[in-house]
Amino acid sequence: MSATSIPDPAAPLRREWRRFTPAQRLSRWLVWLVVVAALAWAVRSIDIIPEFLADAPEQMADLLVRMWPPDLAHYYPAVHAALIETLHIATLGTILAFALAVPVALLAARNVCPLRPLNVLAQFILVASRSVNSLVWALIFVAIFGPGAAAGTFAIAFRSVGFVGKLLSEALEETAPGPAEALRAAGAPWGAVMLKGFWPQVQPAFWGVALFRWDINVRESAVLGLVGAGGIGVVLDDAINYFQWDRVATVLLAILAVVVVAEVVVTRIRARLI
Amino acid sequence: MSGAAAAARQAFAPNWGARLGLLALAVYAVFAATQLDLNWARLAAGFGEGGRFLARMFPPNFTRWELLLEGMLESLQIAALASALGILISLPLGLMAARNLSPWFIAVPTRAFIALCRSLHYVIVAILFVKALGFGALAGVAALTIASMGFIAKLFAEAIEEISMKPVEAVRAAGAPGASVLLYAVLPQVASRFVGFCLYQLDSNLRNSTLVGIVGAGGIGGTLFAAFKRFDYDFVCAILLTIIALIFLAEVVSGRVRAALR
Repeated sequence: MSATSIPDPAAPLRREWRRFTPAQRLSRWLVWLVVVAALAWAVRSIDIIPEFLADAPEQMADLLVRMWPPDLAHYYPAVHAALIETLHIATLGTILAFALAVPVALLAARNVCPLRPLNVLAQFILVASRSVNSLVWALIFVAIFGPGAAAGTFAIAFRSVGFVGKLLSEALEETAPGPAEALRAAGAPWGAVMLKGFWPQVQPAFWGVALFRWDINVRESAVLGLVGAGGIGVVLDDAINYFQWDRVATVLLAILAVVVVAEVVVTRIRARLI
Repeated sequence: MSGAAAAARQAFAPNWGARLGLLALAVYAVFAATQLDLNWARLAAGFGEGGRFLARMFPPNFTRWELLLEGMLESLQIAALASALGILISLPLGLMAARNLSPWFIAVPTRAFIALCRSLHYVIVAILFVKALGFGALAGVAALTIASMGFIAKLFAEAIEEISMKPVEAVRAAGAPGASVLLYAVLPQVASRFVGFCLYQLDSNLRNSTLVGIVGAGGIGGTLFAAFKRFDYDFVCAILLTIIALIFLAEVVSGRVRAALR
């Protein structure tokens, strides 16, 4: 017999290997096509004024020259008081958010609240809170409470409810059922089951979420004043409207310092706590 | 254990440290509330106003849908362009900021730059760009690009720092040039996480692009702010509903894309 009938042992090596099935390749190409088409559409139809683009470097240089040197004398007392107010807004807003979010999270967690319609309602509240931006919440609360820190506090709280509630309800759903079942079997009332069965298991997540959200809220509360909701944003808005760019620089430096300090504090506490 | 000690041992002993902490928090809350001039009279007045406000918001008014559509499309364009630019710039930035790949005199300044991008809120950045680039969508694109760079580059650099160095060493030992090391040893290890960060940032750019208009940087935000100032609360409600619908849609689509890529 001839050698041709013997199968070539190297044939599998010469086979062409492909990582994806044709359907997968097609869908990947479709995603890329959509991305490119969207970008092309955006570039072609976005409203850009060429004159503005041409003198952008000049304007940027002008802005920096006007900002330098920062008017540090302006810091005390006006900026300082506003900065303290911002911190109060962020902290009080976070506390209020937790007060509102804990009941909603309990309703949203399927192992705590067995009623399906209540779960869905709580989920809806959480999603609605998250999809409205904090500045929009601030606009709404300025219309309700009038300009001032009250509006800012409520805006921060209502925006945080969705975030905090979602993470807390997920933490609740991930708890082991054993301790709660043992307590129920021993005849413990609902409060005791919550406090001794669930709370010890969600405690690390709770403090982690609280610190994380406080850090975010410090950043967000700094801009709420732009729509009149109190804090350092009001001072910033005034300085911008009067074109006092050296004061703007002072305010920006103050915000930057507070944000950095808040981040360092949160990292320290987290390292010690968790 | 002696009998007395066993009797003194109590199940579920009260945690005095935690109780004191809670008390301190409550005292702070009352103090901060007085500092911010929050009191019951004001809250009660506010809830009355809130009722009137809600009554004026309904039913939502979609008669000016052309204005609404125009603003939403501009917001979408801002989000798409800012995400694309931010992703393109974050790739080299992230590589430069990773301490295991680049020398310290490149990594440290790049990290400082990324931290600076992250620390200022995008609305404040948008104000500065409105001054530099004039009113309009371009300022919004620039501001959100800065925000995207801060987020994606930071997480990308952290992902690169966690890679296994063995493939890198192997490719280097085979005499490959720097570009091949990146392409065949580094990027395959971080590509899927990078795509995840990009999708997340696209999502948040979509949310944020509806907001930058408040300071004049283009998109639906300007229309929203104008409607608020003119007390057209029914139009405000229409805009808010549209934004929420768009964000829902974006979440569904990005979830699908993420599942398809996995």
